[in-house]
Amino acid sequence: MLKIKITSIFVLILILIIPLKAKEPSKLITEIVNEASIILSSSDPVESKIIKLNNIAETNVDINGIGMYTLGKYRKNLNEDQRIKYKKLFKSYFLKSFSSRLVDYSDPKINVVSEKKLNDKYTIVSTILEETSKNPEIKIDWRIYTKNPERPLIRDLIVEGLSLARTQKEEFKSIIQNNDGNINYLFKSLEEFIIK
Amino acid sequence: MKKFLILFIVVLVSQIVSVNVFAGSDDTLEIKNKQNKKSTEVKDCFETVNRGIFAFNQGLDKIFFKPIAKGYKYLPKPIRSGTSNALSNLSNVVTVPNNILQGKLKDAGINALRFSINSTLGIAGIFDVASYYGLNKLDKEDYGQTLGTWGVKEGCYFVLPVLGPTTVRDAMGSIVNFSGGDAWYNVTVANNTKYFENSDYYYSRLTAGVDFRAKNLEAFESLEKNSLDLYASVRSLYLQDRQRKILNLNETTETMNDDDWEEIDTQ
Repeated sequence: MLKIKITSIFVLILILIIPLKAKEPSKLITEIVNEASIILSSSDPVESKIIKLNNIAETNVDINGIGMYTLGKYRKNLNEDQRIKYKKLFKSYFLKSFSSRLVDYSDPKINVVSEKKLNDKYTIVSTILEETSKNPEIKIDWRIYTKNPERPLIRDLIVEGLSLARTQKEEFKSIIQNNDGNINYLFKSLEEFIIK
Repeated sequence: MKKFLILFIVVLVSQIVSVNVFAGSDDTLEIKNKQNKKSTEVKDCFETVNRGIFAFNQGLDKIFFKPIAKGYKYLPKPIRSGTSNALSNLSNVVTVPNNILQGKLKDAGINALRFSINSTLGIAGIFDVASYYGLNKLDKEDYGQTLGTWGVKEGCYFVLPVLGPTTVRDAMGSIVNFSGGDAWYNVTVANNTKYFENSDYYYSRLTAGVDFRAKNLEAFESLEKNSLDLYASVRSLYLQDRQRKILNLNETTETMNDDDWEEIDTQ
């Protein structure tokens, strides 16, 4: 009994003193790419591939963060109901857009080239999408949010120097601006895209 | 031609006047630098007209460029690579003077040497022989980029029929091409030489357009499919691309203002 008690205390102390191991951002990208590659090269039906790809995105992408970023200055004027509605709409929009962009690739080969820590919150992982008979080699940088080092999350993809999040942000801004600053028009556009 | 030059100089001077002149204490410099970094917003002065021209270009793309680009993609890869290499080699006649104007003499030397080797040993640039000699391909430069590195601001964003997105600064750069700044234009269109025809220039421009479109077929299709406002997406992508090229940065994050990201805390 004493032995069990001592062992339990020892294990407890070990758990408390050993900090959770931080996940390296480049490792995160390698894992995601490998996982996505297996899904995309499988013979599963497209619907099944989409569900699996969306699961990867929900676990590894900061969808809420990207949603707030893409709203730009307009996020400050949202009331609570609008915030909840936008979060829901953006998530559906993001996942649909994400999977439809990826599902066209049969077996993408992405290699991690380097990793650069910008600050405690952000690390950029540089990768190369290998050349295929159809497409040239493409440089892709991943902006990883590392505030919680145990659970890094993807916040942006920068393809050949062009930020997808920034493009999205300017697109949303254009929709709101061209409709007298009324955010409901953005909601309407998002809804139309989701049901399309 | 003189009219073009006068117009160019007038617009250039007016743009330079609007550029912040960094003078004074270091504090002032820092603030202005910060402002400069933040002022990435470019005015779309004629948005309604631009959207109309963009729709026209989209139609033209659908019935002309896209089908040709799709056909071009069926050509064997060596033919496509050779065409792309030859066009890239030809662009050196604009890149080299711009390297010099930007003070990058080493790059100018490398590009001039690449042009000489590839035009001769590489059979009109079809084969990139220079790379085998360790002279690797460098980024293209144009007069719009040079004006940018000199501190000239973008001016208004607008869309040209057929040619697509541009800014006042980039349009001024194009005017320089037609005013003697592009040796290929000079020997084909501007001057009568027994070696080249006017059509050589226009064919090369058209092929460059088709080559670019073919390389971006899937990317553009995906953009079309997933955009809520395609016009705004293309505008954003064009301006980001020009900004990165002017700053000559491979590390793309340095061209972006991170303030917005910093505010968002989800963890």
